Amino acid sequence: MGKENRRAVFILMICLGIFPFFIRSDYYLSIMIFIGINAIIVMGLSLLMGYAGQISLGHAAFFGIGAYCSGVLTVKLGFSIFTAFFCGIFLSTIMAMAIAIPTLKLKGHYLAVATLGFGEIIYVIFNELLEITGGPSGLSGIPSIHFFGYSFKGGWRYFYLVWTVAILLLIFSLNIIHSRIGRALRAVHGSEVAAQAMGVNVSQFKIQVFVLSAIYASVAGTLYAHFVTFISPSTFSLFVSILLLMMVVIGGGGSIWGALLGAGILTVLPESLRAFRDFDILVYGIILMTILLFMPEGIFKGLTLSLIWMRKKW
Amino acid sequence: MVMPQPILETSRLRKIFGGLMAVVDLNFKVMPGQIKAIIGPNGAGKTTLFNIITGILPPTGGTIRFKGREISGEKPHRIAQKGISRTFQTVELFGNMTVLENVMVGRHVRTKKGLIQSGLRLPGVKREERLVLEMAQEKLEVVGLMRRANESASGIPLGEQKLLEIARALATDPQLLLLDEPAAGLNETEKLRIGEIIRKIRGSGITVLLVEHHMDLVMNISDEIVVLNYGEKVAEGTPEEVKGDEKVIDAYLGVEIRYA
Amino acid sequence: MSLFSEILQFVFTGLTIGSIYSMVGLGFNIIYNATTIINLAQGEFVMFGGLIMVFLTVVLKFPLFVGFPLTVIVVMAIGAVFERFAIHPLRNASLLTLIIVTIAASILFRGIAMFIWGKDPYSLPPFTPGSPVMIGGAVIMLQTFWVLGTTLAIVVLTTLFFGKTIVGKAMSACSFNPMAASLMGIHVRKMILISFALSAGLGAVAGIVITPMSLMDYDRGPMLAVKGFCAAVLGGLGVGYGVVLGGFIVGLLESLTAGLIHSGFKDAVALVILLFILCFKPSGIFGSEEVSKIKKF
Repeated sequence: MGKENRRAVFILMICLGIFPFFIRSDYYLSIMIFIGINAIIVMGLSLLMGYAGQISLGHAAFFGIGAYCSGVLTVKLGFSIFTAFFCGIFLSTIMAMAIAIPTLKLKGHYLAVATLGFGEIIYVIFNELLEITGGPSGLSGIPSIHFFGYSFKGGWRYFYLVWTVAILLLIFSLNIIHSRIGRALRAVHGSEVAAQAMGVNVSQFKIQVFVLSAIYASVAGTLYAHFVTFISPSTFSLFVSILLLMMVVIGGGGSIWGALLGAGILTVLPESLRAFRDFDILVYGIILMTILLFMPEGIFKGLTLSLIWMRKKW
Repeated sequence: MVMPQPILETSRLRKIFGGLMAVVDLNFKVMPGQIKAIIGPNGAGKTTLFNIITGILPPTGGTIRFKGREISGEKPHRIAQKGISRTFQTVELFGNMTVLENVMVGRHVRTKKGLIQSGLRLPGVKREERLVLEMAQEKLEVVGLMRRANESASGIPLGEQKLLEIARALATDPQLLLLDEPAAGLNETEKLRIGEIIRKIRGSGITVLLVEHHMDLVMNISDEIVVLNYGEKVAEGTPEEVKGDEKVIDAYLGVEIRYA
Repeated sequence: MSLFSEILQFVFTGLTIGSIYSMVGLGFNIIYNATTIINLAQGEFVMFGGLIMVFLTVVLKFPLFVGFPLTVIVVMAIGAVFERFAIHPLRNASLLTLIIVTIAASILFRGIAMFIWGKDPYSLPPFTPGSPVMIGGAVIMLQTFWVLGTTLAIVVLTTLFFGKTIVGKAMSACSFNPMAASLMGIHVRKMILISFALSAGLGAVAGIVITPMSLMDYDRGPMLAVKGFCAAVLGGLGVGYGVVLGGFIVGLLESLTAGLIHSGFKDAVALVILLFILCFKPSGIFGSEEVSKIKKF
């Protein structure tokens, strides 16, 4: 995955590793945990958008499938956390394939439309299957994660769990980007017709990446369910899907690091806007618009460019 | 003497766009080891023909056989896998990648490691990557672009972009290479160099089919020439035969010869 | 109430809400035809239409025939300002970024609306006072006729505009090939500005006529945008009459599902149908396969 990336991952690991030693507050730890969970979804979306050039308007649904599979199977059917986790991944994979195989063979906006529809349908299912999902009032009592008697309850333990998963998936994503698959996907961006002539099976890779991104979201869903121990449909609505999309673009589509940055900023921003009370949405809108207008390629690129500029200047 | 089997053979190949006949009942053969050129005025259907052979456009009728097997209607990536590669008239490089990476993409079709293997970076992946890298460097040597390896593909001059397309096509290990106007926009020295490179490619056992407007280059390097006009074959033969053909002179060559 | 009159009631509700979806869909379509951008802030134009109309006629006591055009003009100006300050500066950015900009705009517009009007819903008196009409046992509010009539007028006007006027034809040329359009002497940037203003105006009209029936608040936009988008894709994005019919189909299905099956399914039904149709005809019911191949999004 290249020297620079390896160094960056290493630095990130050290920063995260020492974080709980300095920040003891449960509030800040839980924000970091939410950033980690969002980062996992957004990394997958960034692969999909930045590398396969497709938009999904329904990733909150895969996030929800992961969460509800974990919640329902452990609470109602007494499955182990592990089994429930893999059931979520399995279900997301099947659903993602069912959407992707017909739509990604076509060119154009079909994946966006199909995922929009899928997301809404899943959202209705979460709301309406009262007996299973608890309906709009949600599902509570989801157990916290424990392996071999070691419990991950408590802020800092869960923090390490979430970020270990996030870092592993980060490494996995970086490996893909710097492999023949990543090259092929970037080639499709550069020139679809030439990529085909070089033997790249364009639709096959688009489908694979979409399924992968759905699995990322499902993994994040499981981590979310066992952390908050209560889930309700509103966490998985269309507007969450759009928020996730926004994280990719704000951070910088086409870069995994940008995705991490975007997840961080858009998770922290609403929290820090609480002081504005009812006007948080106005301030939020102004900030988003400003970022997009001045750094249309995302903050990551914007910062890199200004760093280079500064280095030249001094 | 037994005639060897043609590497590429079209029979009654036809392409109609709306009401426009772009290729009309075209029959022609390319023999292994040949350099064969297709010439004809603009709009004669040359690029369309390339697009049909490589599977980008489906033919309206007729068949294409590659090494005796029917390939018409196959997907472009399948055709690349079978051993046909190409360059594009309007340069179609991956502008978002480096020169070296462009060539490495060419190797895609001959490598197999999948998404999960690559993501986990299993032991085989590293070996395969190294082979791809070596191969790509080798192809860049062939066209003489090694010194540009780490530059952005969109940043190098047009002449070199054309060469890069050739290197990328070579990386797929083709048996048949289709070159769409490799010398368009090149100056005299570059043209000579591209002629040499095409000969070198043929020397390595690859059959070459090219579309080209520069008659001096075509006459110089081709073994055989097909002349198209409005999608129809007007003439076929060695450069000498084609030069003497009156229909060809009428349709196309006349102008060239007068200016020559 | 007999089953027949009940169904008739749902049909009228469906046609009313469908009219609004049609107009939102048409708004999508106008911008899409000029730029291939999907403007996800389309629903906020409707919201502004309703709320500004409330301000002008209820607070400032302007008469209807003054308030209506004035509201449309104000919202058109909002659309134009949005294009100038957010879309125009990013003309070289990718299509995806531009679509995300429209989402950011939608959030910003909601923020502005909440700053001005707060979170409460507002109502507007019906255009013509009077008691509802009974048709076949169904109760039809007079405002329903205003909604249907306005939609009809809008459809006729937009058809004439795009089919008969030079500006209209020029606008459709822009998305197919902006380069060729500009070579033909079409001022592409001006066309895009006009398309945003027009589609904002359309949204405003929809907002004005629906507010007397369903109230209006700052947060109404996103759902309307989703439904209008479905209508547009279902009918065939790019095809005006297809989009309008798409709107009515979505509205009717929604109202019938809510009434006859279960109200919780109403938001999903349109999407299920949409997915189903896209499986067989990806370009939408009335869309052209050939045209959809050229489009970027």
